[in-house]
Amino acid sequence: MQHTRTQDTLVGLFVASGIVGLFFLAMQVSNLGSFTGHDGYTITARFENSGGLKVKSPVSSAGVKIGRVSAISFDTKTYQSVVQMNIDAQYNTLPEDTTASVFTAGLLGEQYVNLEAGGSDELLKEGGNIEITQSAIILEKAIGQFLFKSASEKK
Amino acid sequence: MIEFLQHLGENTRTSFTKLGRGTFFLLQTLSGIPSVLIRPRLLLNQMHSVGVLSFLIITISGLFVGMVLGLQGYYILSDFGAEETLGVMVAASLVRELGPVVAALLFAGRAGSALTAEIGLMKATEQLSGMEMMAVDPIKRIITPRFLAGFLSMPLLAALFSAVGIIGGQIVGSGLLGVDEGAYWSQMQAKLDFQDDIINGVIKSIVFGFVASWIALFEGYDAIPTSEGVSRATTRTVVNSAFSILGLDFILTALMFGDN
Repeated sequence: MQHTRTQDTLVGLFVASGIVGLFFLAMQVSNLGSFTGHDGYTITARFENSGGLKVKSPVSSAGVKIGRVSAISFDTKTYQSVVQMNIDAQYNTLPEDTTASVFTAGLLGEQYVNLEAGGSDELLKEGGNIEITQSAIILEKAIGQFLFKSASEKK
Repeated sequence: MIEFLQHLGENTRTSFTKLGRGTFFLLQTLSGIPSVLIRPRLLLNQMHSVGVLSFLIITISGLFVGMVLGLQGYYILSDFGAEETLGVMVAASLVRELGPVVAALLFAGRAGSALTAEIGLMKATEQLSGMEMMAVDPIKRIITPRFLAGFLSMPLLAALFSAVGIIGGQIVGSGLLGVDEGAYWSQMQAKLDFQDDIINGVIKSIVFGFVASWIALFEGYDAIPTSEGVSRATTRTVVNSAFSILGLDFILTALMFGDN
Protein backbone atom coordinates (compact mmCIF):
# COMPACT_ATOMS: atom_id res chain seq x y z
CA MET A 1 0.00 0.00 0.00
CA GLN A 2 2.81 2.35 0.97
CA HIS A 3 4.48 1.58 -2.31
CA THR A 4 1.50 2.55 -4.45
CA ARG A 5 1.07 5.73 -2.41
CA THR A 6 4.59 6.94 -3.26
CA GLN A 7 4.06 5.88 -6.85
CA ASP A 8 0.89 7.98 -7.01
CA THR A 9 2.76 10.94 -5.58
CA LEU A 10 5.58 10.56 -8.08
CA VAL A 11 3.20 10.31 -11.04
CA GLY A 12 1.30 13.30 -9.71
CA LEU A 13 4.52 15.28 -9.40
CA PHE A 14 5.56 14.26 -12.89
CA VAL A 15 2.27 15.33 -14.47
CA ALA A 16 2.25 18.56 -12.47
CA SER A 17 5.81 19.42 -13.52
CA GLY A 18 4.95 18.68 -17.16
CA ILE A 19 1.98 21.01 -16.97
CA VAL A 20 4.11 23.65 -15.25
CA GLY A 21 6.59 23.27 -18.12
CA LEU A 22 3.86 23.82 -20.68
CA PHE A 23 2.52 26.77 -18.71
CA PHE A 24 6.02 28.23 -18.53
CA LEU A 25 6.40 27.90 -22.28
CA ALA A 26 3.04 29.53 -22.87
CA MET A 27 3.39 32.47 -20.50
CA GLN A 28 7.09 33.16 -20.24
CA VAL A 29 8.43 32.13 -23.63
CA SER A 30 5.68 33.01 -26.07
CA ASN A 31 3.62 36.13 -26.38
CA LEU A 32 0.57 34.64 -24.70
CA GLY A 33 1.27 36.63 -21.52
CA SER A 34 0.71 39.88 -23.37
CA PHE A 35 -1.89 38.44 -25.68
CA THR A 36 -4.87 40.72 -26.05
CA GLY A 37 -6.93 38.59 -28.38
CA HIS A 38 -9.15 40.16 -30.97
CA ASP A 39 -10.91 42.56 -28.66
CA GLY A 40 -9.64 45.53 -30.61
CA TYR A 41 -10.85 47.45 -33.61
CA THR A 42 -9.69 47.28 -37.20
CA ILE A 43 -8.61 50.25 -39.27
CA THR A 44 -7.39 50.31 -42.86
CA ALA A 45 -4.64 52.27 -44.54
CA ARG A 46 -3.69 52.35 -48.22
CA PHE A 47 -0.05 52.61 -49.13
CA GLU A 48 1.60 53.16 -52.50
CA ASN A 49 4.12 50.59 -51.35
CA SER A 50 4.05 48.70 -48.07
CA GLY A 51 7.59 47.34 -48.52
CA GLY A 52 8.50 44.37 -46.36
CA LEU A 53 5.50 44.72 -44.07
CA LYS A 54 4.01 41.38 -43.03
CA VAL A 55 0.92 40.14 -41.28
CA LYS A 56 1.58 40.38 -37.50
CA SER A 57 4.07 43.21 -37.94
CA PRO A 58 3.73 45.64 -35.05
CA VAL A 59 1.75 48.87 -35.22
CA SER A 60 3.14 51.50 -32.92
CA SER A 61 2.57 55.10 -32.05
CA ALA A 62 5.18 57.28 -30.36
CA GLY A 63 7.29 54.12 -30.03
CA VAL A 64 4.69 52.15 -28.09
CA LYS A 65 3.19 49.04 -29.64
CA ILE A 66 -0.57 49.50 -29.88
CA GLY A 67 -1.59 46.77 -32.31
CA ARG A 68 -0.68 44.43 -35.11
CA VAL A 69 -1.11 44.23 -38.88
CA SER A 70 -3.95 41.77 -39.44
CA ALA A 71 -4.10 41.55 -43.25
CA ILE A 72 -2.33 42.89 -46.31
CA SER A 73 -3.93 42.77 -49.74
CA PHE A 74 -3.46 44.30 -53.16
CA ASP A 75 -6.16 46.53 -54.60
CA THR A 76 -6.52 45.64 -58.28
CA LYS A 77 -8.23 48.96 -59.13
CA THR A 78 -5.97 51.52 -57.51
CA TYR A 79 -2.84 49.32 -57.51
CA GLN A 80 -2.27 50.11 -53.88
CA SER A 81 -1.43 47.96 -50.91
CA VAL A 82 -4.34 47.73 -48.46
CA VAL A 83 -3.10 47.16 -44.91
CA GLN A 84 -5.58 46.26 -42.19
CA MET A 85 -4.48 46.86 -38.65
CA ASN A 86 -5.98 45.56 -35.45
CA ILE A 87 -5.56 48.19 -32.74
CA ASP A 88 -5.96 47.20 -29.08
CA ALA A 89 -9.27 48.30 -27.63
CA GLN A 90 -7.66 50.45 -24.94
CA TYR A 91 -6.16 52.79 -27.55
CA ASN A 92 -9.45 54.01 -28.95
CA THR A 93 -8.71 57.70 -29.04
CA LEU A 94 -6.81 57.98 -32.32
CA PRO A 95 -7.96 61.08 -34.25
CA GLU A 96 -9.40 60.71 -37.74
CA ASP A 97 -6.52 62.54 -39.42
CA THR A 98 -3.86 60.16 -38.07
CA THR A 99 -0.90 59.61 -40.40
CA ALA A 100 0.35 56.08 -41.09
CA SER A 101 3.90 55.44 -42.29
CA VAL A 102 5.91 52.29 -42.84
CA PHE A 103 9.18 52.51 -40.95
CA THR A 104 12.07 50.14 -40.39
CA ALA A 105 13.32 49.37 -36.90
CA GLY A 106 17.06 49.90 -37.13
CA LEU A 107 19.04 49.50 -40.32
CA LEU A 108 18.21 45.84 -40.94
CA GLY A 109 15.32 45.45 -38.54
CA GLU A 110 11.78 44.49 -39.35
CA GLN A 111 9.29 46.95 -40.74
CA TYR A 112 6.40 48.33 -38.75
CA VAL A 113 3.56 50.79 -39.15
CA ASN A 114 3.93 54.03 -37.27
CA LEU A 115 0.79 56.00 -36.50
CA GLU A 116 1.16 59.70 -35.80
CA ALA A 117 -1.86 61.29 -34.21
CA GLY A 118 -3.39 64.35 -35.88
CA GLY A 119 -5.41 67.15 -34.35
CA SER A 120 -8.96 66.28 -35.36
CA ASP A 121 -11.73 65.89 -32.80
CA GLU A 122 -13.32 63.03 -34.74
CA LEU A 123 -11.96 59.62 -33.69
CA LEU A 124 -11.12 56.57 -35.80
CA LYS A 125 -13.66 53.79 -35.32
CA GLU A 126 -14.01 50.12 -36.29
CA GLY A 127 -13.50 49.89 -40.05
CA GLY A 128 -12.10 53.42 -40.23
CA ASN A 129 -9.75 54.58 -42.95
CA ILE A 130 -6.46 56.38 -42.58
CA GLU A 131 -6.28 58.88 -45.44
CA ILE A 132 -2.75 60.22 -45.08
CA THR A 133 -0.09 57.57 -45.58
CA GLN A 134 3.60 57.46 -46.31
CA SER A 135 5.08 54.50 -48.15
CA ALA A 136 7.97 52.39 -47.10
CA ILE A 137 11.35 53.67 -48.17
CA ILE A 138 12.79 51.21 -50.65
CA LEU A 139 16.55 51.30 -50.28
CA GLU A 140 17.29 50.58 -53.94
CA LYS A 141 14.96 53.36 -55.04
CA ALA A 142 16.52 55.85 -52.66
CA ILE A 143 20.04 54.97 -53.80
CA GLY A 144 18.93 55.23 -57.43
CA GLN A 145 17.45 58.68 -56.90
CA PHE A 146 20.55 59.82 -55.08
CA LEU A 147 22.83 58.61 -57.87
CA PHE A 148 20.69 60.27 -60.56
CA LYS A 149 20.68 63.50 -58.61
CA SER A 150 24.43 63.60 -58.12
CA ALA A 151 24.97 62.69 -61.80
CA SER A 152 22.77 65.53 -63.01
CA GLU A 153 24.43 67.99 -60.63
CA LYS A 154 27.83 67.27 -62.15
CA LYS A 155 26.76 68.33 -65.63
CA MET B 1 21.17 -13.00 -59.61
CA ILE B 2 17.92 -14.97 -59.40
CA GLU B 3 18.73 -15.67 -55.81
CA PHE B 4 19.24 -11.96 -55.16
CA LEU B 5 15.85 -11.16 -56.72
CA GLN B 6 14.22 -13.90 -54.67
CA HIS B 7 15.83 -12.50 -51.57
CA LEU B 8 14.68 -8.97 -52.41
CA GLY B 9 11.12 -10.11 -53.07
CA GLU B 10 11.06 -12.10 -49.85
CA ASN B 11 12.31 -9.13 -47.85
CA THR B 12 9.78 -6.76 -49.39
CA ARG B 13 6.97 -9.19 -48.73
CA THR B 14 7.95 -9.74 -45.10
CA SER B 15 8.30 -6.01 -44.43
CA PHE B 16 4.81 -5.38 -45.83
CA THR B 17 3.46 -8.25 -43.78
CA LYS B 18 5.07 -6.75 -40.73
CA LEU B 19 3.57 -3.35 -41.45
CA GLY B 20 0.17 -4.97 -41.81
CA ARG B 21 0.59 -6.82 -38.53
CA GLY B 22 1.73 -3.60 -36.91
CA THR B 23 -1.37 -1.74 -38.08
CA PHE B 24 -3.63 -4.53 -36.87
CA PHE B 25 -1.80 -4.48 -33.55
CA LEU B 26 -2.30 -0.71 -33.29
CA LEU B 27 -6.03 -1.05 -33.94
CA GLN B 28 -6.29 -3.76 -31.29
CA THR B 29 -4.38 -1.57 -28.86
CA LEU B 30 -6.63 1.41 -29.51
CA SER B 31 -9.74 -0.71 -29.08
CA GLY B 32 -8.51 -1.57 -25.58
CA ILE B 33 -8.66 2.06 -24.41
CA PRO B 34 -12.16 1.90 -22.84
CA SER B 35 -11.21 -1.05 -20.65
CA VAL B 36 -8.11 0.83 -19.43
CA LEU B 37 -10.20 3.83 -18.48
CA ILE B 38 -12.21 1.56 -16.21
CA ARG B 39 -9.01 0.52 -14.42
CA PRO B 40 -6.90 3.70 -14.24
CA ARG B 41 -4.54 2.04 -11.77
CA LEU B 42 -2.90 0.13 -14.64
CA LEU B 43 -2.28 3.38 -16.49
CA LEU B 44 -0.90 5.05 -13.37
CA ASN B 45 1.63 2.24 -12.80
CA GLN B 46 2.83 2.59 -16.36
CA MET B 47 2.97 6.40 -16.18
CA HIS B 48 5.40 5.81 -13.34
CA SER B 49 7.71 3.47 -15.24
CA VAL B 50 7.47 5.30 -18.57
CA GLY B 51 7.17 8.92 -17.51
CA VAL B 52 8.55 9.41 -14.02
CA LEU B 53 11.63 7.27 -14.61
CA SER B 54 12.41 9.20 -17.82
CA PHE B 55 12.07 12.49 -15.97
CA LEU B 56 15.67 12.74 -14.84
CA ILE B 57 17.35 11.93 -18.15
CA ILE B 58 15.02 14.35 -19.96
CA THR B 59 15.56 17.29 -17.62
CA ILE B 60 19.33 16.84 -17.35
CA SER B 61 19.73 16.46 -21.12
CA GLY B 62 17.45 19.45 -21.66
CA LEU B 63 19.55 21.57 -19.33
CA PHE B 64 22.77 20.68 -21.13
CA VAL B 65 21.31 21.08 -24.62
CA GLY B 66 20.05 24.53 -23.64
CA MET B 67 23.43 25.46 -22.17
CA VAL B 68 25.27 24.35 -25.31
CA LEU B 69 22.82 26.29 -27.49
CA GLY B 70 23.40 29.36 -25.33
CA LEU B 71 27.15 29.02 -25.66
CA GLN B 72 27.29 28.31 -29.39
CA GLY B 73 24.60 30.84 -30.20
CA TYR B 74 26.40 33.53 -28.26
CA TYR B 75 29.65 33.09 -30.18
CA ILE B 76 27.91 33.28 -33.56
CA LEU B 77 25.48 36.06 -32.68
CA SER B 78 28.14 38.23 -31.05
CA ASP B 79 29.90 38.41 -34.43
CA PHE B 80 26.90 40.34 -35.69
CA GLY B 81 26.44 42.32 -32.49
CA ALA B 82 23.12 40.55 -32.01
CA GLU B 83 23.69 38.69 -28.77
CA GLU B 84 20.47 40.19 -27.43
CA THR B 85 18.54 37.82 -29.69
CA LEU B 86 20.13 34.79 -28.02
CA GLY B 87 16.85 34.09 -26.22
CA VAL B 88 14.96 33.93 -29.51
CA MET B 89 17.48 31.53 -31.00
CA VAL B 90 17.58 29.20 -27.99
CA ALA B 91 13.82 29.21 -27.45
CA ALA B 92 12.84 28.86 -31.11
CA SER B 93 15.21 25.97 -31.77
CA LEU B 94 14.17 24.19 -28.58
CA VAL B 95 10.43 24.69 -28.84
CA ARG B 96 10.16 24.00 -32.55
CA GLU B 97 12.70 21.24 -33.11
CA LEU B 98 15.06 20.09 -30.42
CA GLY B 99 12.53 19.79 -27.62
CA PRO B 100 10.17 17.36 -29.34
CA VAL B 101 12.86 15.53 -31.37
CA VAL B 102 15.59 15.03 -28.77
CA ALA B 103 13.06 14.26 -26.05
CA ALA B 104 11.46 11.67 -28.34
CA LEU B 105 14.84 10.11 -29.18
CA LEU B 106 15.73 9.91 -25.49
CA PHE B 107 12.27 8.57 -24.78
CA ALA B 108 12.73 5.84 -27.39
CA GLY B 109 16.12 4.96 -25.91
CA ARG B 110 15.09 5.09 -22.26
CA ALA B 111 11.44 4.02 -22.16
CA GLY B 112 10.91 2.42 -25.59
CA SER B 113 13.72 -0.10 -25.29
CA ALA B 114 12.57 -0.99 -21.76
CA LEU B 115 9.03 -1.57 -23.02
CA THR B 116 10.22 -3.81 -25.85
CA ALA B 117 12.43 -5.86 -23.58
CA GLU B 118 9.66 -6.20 -21.00
CA ILE B 119 7.01 -7.32 -23.48
CA GLY B 120 9.48 -9.51 -25.37
CA LEU B 121 10.49 -11.28 -22.17
CA MET B 122 6.86 -11.71 -21.16
CA LYS B 123 6.34 -13.39 -24.49
CA ALA B 124 9.50 -15.51 -24.19
CA THR B 125 8.54 -16.70 -20.72
CA GLU B 126 5.00 -17.36 -21.98
CA GLN B 127 3.35 -14.95 -19.59
CA LEU B 128 1.27 -13.55 -22.43
CA SER B 129 -0.05 -16.96 -23.45
CA GLY B 130 -0.63 -17.69 -19.76
CA MET B 131 -2.88 -14.68 -19.59
CA GLU B 132 -4.77 -15.81 -22.63
CA MET B 133 -5.31 -19.15 -20.89
CA MET B 134 -6.91 -17.31 -18.02
CA ALA B 135 -9.14 -15.48 -20.51
CA VAL B 136 -7.36 -12.18 -19.85
CA ASP B 137 -6.70 -10.24 -23.02
CA PRO B 138 -2.95 -9.39 -22.86
CA ILE B 139 -3.48 -6.50 -25.29
CA LYS B 140 -5.98 -4.82 -23.00
CA ARG B 141 -4.19 -5.72 -19.81
CA ILE B 142 -0.55 -5.18 -20.81
CA ILE B 143 -0.21 -3.30 -24.07
CA THR B 144 -2.86 -0.58 -24.01
CA PRO B 145 -1.91 0.87 -20.58
CA ARG B 146 1.70 1.11 -21.70
CA PHE B 147 0.71 2.67 -24.99
CA LEU B 148 -1.46 5.30 -23.31
CA ALA B 149 1.22 6.02 -20.73
CA GLY B 150 3.80 6.68 -23.45
CA PHE B 151 1.35 8.70 -25.49
CA LEU B 152 0.46 10.91 -22.50
CA SER B 153 3.98 11.23 -21.07
CA MET B 154 5.72 12.30 -24.25
CA PRO B 155 4.20 15.82 -24.60
CA LEU B 156 4.89 16.48 -20.92
CA LEU B 157 8.48 15.31 -21.25
CA ALA B 158 9.03 17.41 -24.38
CA ALA B 159 7.60 20.50 -22.72
CA LEU B 160 9.86 19.92 -19.72
CA PHE B 161 12.86 19.46 -21.99
CA SER B 162 12.19 22.78 -23.75
CA ALA B 163 11.45 24.66 -20.54
CA VAL B 164 14.57 23.40 -18.78
CA GLY B 165 16.63 24.03 -21.92
CA ILE B 166 15.51 27.65 -22.12
CA ILE B 167 16.45 28.14 -18.49
CA GLY B 168 19.81 26.47 -19.21
CA GLY B 169 20.38 28.87 -22.11
CA GLN B 170 19.57 31.74 -19.81
CA ILE B 171 22.01 30.50 -17.15
CA VAL B 172 24.85 30.39 -19.67
CA GLY B 173 23.78 33.41 -21.73
CA SER B 174 23.06 35.97 -19.06
CA GLY B 175 24.78 34.29 -16.12
CA LEU B 176 28.17 33.56 -17.65
CA LEU B 177 28.41 35.49 -20.92
CA GLY B 178 26.68 38.73 -20.03
CA VAL B 179 23.63 38.91 -22.26
CA ASP B 180 21.09 41.20 -20.63
CA GLU B 181 18.52 39.08 -18.83
CA GLY B 182 15.62 41.36 -19.70
CA ALA B 183 16.53 41.31 -23.39
CA TYR B 184 16.82 37.51 -23.32
CA TRP B 185 13.22 37.13 -22.18
CA SER B 186 11.60 40.11 -23.89
CA GLN B 187 13.05 39.34 -27.34
CA MET B 188 11.90 35.75 -26.91
CA GLN B 189 8.39 36.80 -25.97
CA ALA B 190 8.21 39.24 -28.85
CA LYS B 191 9.28 36.72 -31.46
CA LEU B 192 7.75 33.42 -30.38
CA ASP B 193 4.09 32.88 -31.06
CA PHE B 194 1.90 30.67 -28.89
CA GLN B 195 -0.07 29.21 -31.76
CA ASP B 196 2.71 28.85 -34.31
CA ASP B 197 5.57 27.76 -32.10
CA ILE B 198 4.40 26.28 -28.82
CA ILE B 199 1.28 24.48 -30.06
CA ASN B 200 3.05 23.11 -33.11
CA GLY B 201 5.84 21.82 -30.89
CA VAL B 202 3.29 20.10 -28.67
CA ILE B 203 1.58 18.55 -31.71
CA LYS B 204 4.95 17.22 -32.82
CA SER B 205 5.64 15.64 -29.45
CA ILE B 206 2.19 14.02 -29.40
CA VAL B 207 2.84 12.46 -32.81
CA PHE B 208 6.30 11.28 -31.73
CA GLY B 209 4.95 9.81 -28.51
CA PHE B 210 2.31 7.91 -30.45
CA VAL B 211 4.80 6.51 -32.97
CA ALA B 212 7.57 5.72 -30.47
CA SER B 213 5.20 3.86 -28.13
CA TRP B 214 3.61 1.99 -31.01
CA ILE B 215 6.96 0.84 -32.40
CA ALA B 216 8.33 -0.16 -28.99
CA LEU B 217 5.26 -2.20 -28.03
CA PHE B 218 4.85 -3.82 -31.41
CA GLU B 219 8.49 -4.86 -31.62
CA GLY B 220 8.19 -6.44 -28.19
CA TYR B 221 4.93 -8.16 -29.02
CA ASP B 222 6.26 -9.34 -32.37
CA ALA B 223 9.67 -10.48 -31.06
CA ILE B 224 10.91 -14.00 -31.61
CA PRO B 225 10.51 -15.50 -28.12
CA THR B 226 14.17 -16.27 -27.48
CA SER B 227 16.81 -14.23 -25.72
CA GLU B 228 18.40 -13.39 -29.06
CA GLY B 229 15.04 -12.43 -30.52
CA VAL B 230 14.33 -10.05 -27.65
CA SER B 231 17.72 -8.41 -27.96
CA ARG B 232 17.19 -7.93 -31.68
CA ALA B 233 13.72 -6.52 -31.10
CA THR B 234 15.15 -4.00 -28.63
CA THR B 235 17.73 -2.86 -31.17
CA ARG B 236 15.05 -2.56 -33.85
CA THR B 237 12.93 -0.44 -31.52
CA VAL B 238 15.64 2.14 -31.06
CA VAL B 239 16.66 2.16 -34.74
CA ASN B 240 13.13 2.26 -36.16
CA SER B 241 11.95 4.83 -33.64
CA ALA B 242 14.87 7.11 -34.49
CA PHE B 243 14.17 6.79 -38.22
CA SER B 244 10.45 7.39 -37.84
CA ILE B 245 10.87 10.33 -35.48
CA LEU B 246 13.39 12.11 -37.68
CA GLY B 247 11.48 11.38 -40.88
CA LEU B 248 8.17 12.47 -39.41
CA ASP B 249 9.85 15.57 -38.02
CA PHE B 250 10.82 16.62 -41.52
CA ILE B 251 7.29 16.10 -42.81
CA LEU B 252 5.68 17.88 -39.86
CA THR B 253 8.11 20.78 -40.09
CA ALA B 254 7.40 21.17 -43.80
CA LEU B 255 3.65 21.17 -43.08
CA MET B 256 3.76 23.51 -40.07
CA PHE B 257 6.44 26.02 -40.86
CA GLY B 258 6.45 25.74 -44.63
CA ASP B 259 4.59 28.95 -45.39
CA ASN B 260 6.75 31.41 -43.49
